[in-house]
Amino acid sequence: MTDKQVAAQPAPAMIPNVDVVEDDAGITITADLPGVPKDKLSLRIEGETLQIEGEMVSDAPEGMEAIYAEVRVPRYRRAFTLSRELDTGKINASLKDGVLELRIPKAEHAQPRRIEVKVV
Amino acid sequence: MYESLLTFPGGLFEELERLQRDTQLVFGTLGLPSSIRAVAQGAFPAINIGSTPTAVEVYAFAPGLDPKKIDVTVDRGVLTISGERATFLPERDARRSVYAAERFAGEFRRALSLPEDVDAKRVNASYRDGILRISIARQEESQPKRIEIK
Repeated sequence: MTDKQVAAQPAPAMIPNVDVVEDDAGITITADLPGVPKDKLSLRIEGETLQIEGEMVSDAPEGMEAIYAEVRVPRYRRAFTLSRELDTGKINASLKDGVLELRIPKAEHAQPRRIEVKVV
Repeated sequence: MYESLLTFPGGLFEELERLQRDTQLVFGTLGLPSSIRAVAQGAFPAINIGSTPTAVEVYAFAPGLDPKKIDVTVDRGVLTISGERATFLPERDARRSVYAAERFAGEFRRALSLPEDVDAKRVNASYRDGILRISIARQEESQPKRIEIK
């Protein structure tokens, strides 16, 4: 392995729980990211992959020792493969109380049309 | 032939985390004693506890809650956090498909025993970015004191 490959190794992260719902006009992804403020959230689209990454901000007082921990990694990461009919240029994101809501609309031409079935 | 279809996208760490979760589910804690109030991993909300010389700090990872509706009580040395998280999922109908519903919804309640030297009257709770932080002060007499040498 070269140094470059080592550096590219992503830091360990937890997989956030999500809800994914699709309707006629688009897809809504809701993700639980407790502890992540707006400025530590990163949403990236590369090709057809959407990556959600968030870093927790610790407000631990000085000299605190952990005595019990269920959350051991201060980071969340999850990636989704999108499909072509989704319009990645119009994604709407909001983050409130540690819950991220992403709305990805479908491109106009991809919205459903009723297709008549002809009997021949 | 279809191997590439069977591999789940995501890193090795995510895969290991899933494996660890499954293993714990099957083998439990391998016979080691656990706290009487311990719950299976993945319970809502996840809790971290820290200790400082002056206080015990409890962090509950509880995103998307209305802070007014979270109940925090300290009774006989047991801290209880309870409340309810509404579901955000729409009603199922013909026009919508739900592909993932992993987020917790419903009533929750978690309890943990506090160290003996805490002062149940001096509890502070705050909610920020989906983390509920409860700080329980330790009793004055149990705090470390510097002893002067004459």
